[in-house]
Amino acid sequence: MDVILFLVFAIIAVLAAINVVVQTHPIASAVSLIGVMGSLAVLYLLLGAEFIAAAQVIVYAGAVMVLFVFVIMLLNAGAEVRKGRSFMASLLGAPVLIALLALLAWFVERIYPESVGVHFGGFTGGGPDAIGRALFTTYLLPFEITSILVLIAILGAVVLARKEID
Amino acid sequence: MTQVPASWFLTLSAVLFVLGVAGFIFRRSIITMFMSIELMLNAVNLSFVTFSYQLKQVDGHLFVFFVMVVAAAEAAVGLAIILTVFKNRATLNIDEINSMKN
Repeated sequence: MDVILFLVFAIIAVLAAINVVVQTHPIASAVSLIGVMGSLAVLYLLLGAEFIAAAQVIVYAGAVMVLFVFVIMLLNAGAEVRKGRSFMASLLGAPVLIALLALLAWFVERIYPESVGVHFGGFTGGGPDAIGRALFTTYLLPFEITSILVLIAILGAVVLARKEID
Repeated sequence: MTQVPASWFLTLSAVLFVLGVAGFIFRRSIITMFMSIELMLNAVNLSFVTFSYQLKQVDGHLFVFFVMVVAAAEAAVGLAIILTVFKNRATLNIDEINSMKN
């Protein structure tokens, strides 16, 4: 059951990720990216990360992607214009990427000769209570710094996107 | 077999990361390149949660939380920059935004 769940949503995630890369229209890429994020949220639930799964849906698939779709519509971004790409990119791009993937997979398989099995309910410490306790004890300073970062980001976005006053 | 090997999750994470790199390299639209960055961040988040499961510790989830917050801030500022660039250049093609090249 867990294997079927993983395979179904892993295949959805990979297909949607391929669609993000190959679609020429930005809005199609954005919708595919929402598919990737939704299927990753299911995989987080399988790994026992309930809070992260909810935050993934609310923050990523909700807020961030709404921002993307909004900007795409605001700019009226059409299909990407295909131009002549550089010779090196077309020649070396795909082989280098496949080599990178093979290297990463090789490391994973080398480090995990007999890896732990993941089953639903195997880790129950990912609820909001455990996250909140760690966030306000061990990770209190990073949390506060993050709040300042978000404040700076909001101010920066407002300053950058405002209308020119002349 | 009722258990999924943890290495499958890491391999899925590697696949998604490489797809994000491919999108960043091959696509010419700024918005799609930006979405490829989000794809890479998601792939890394999956690795964090998998390691957290394996070590039975909650710390990986906290890192994912911080990555999400930074990604949201980055998306807000980045999209504001894209808006400004589009206002000044009237293009989203990365090849035409090259005034710092020479």
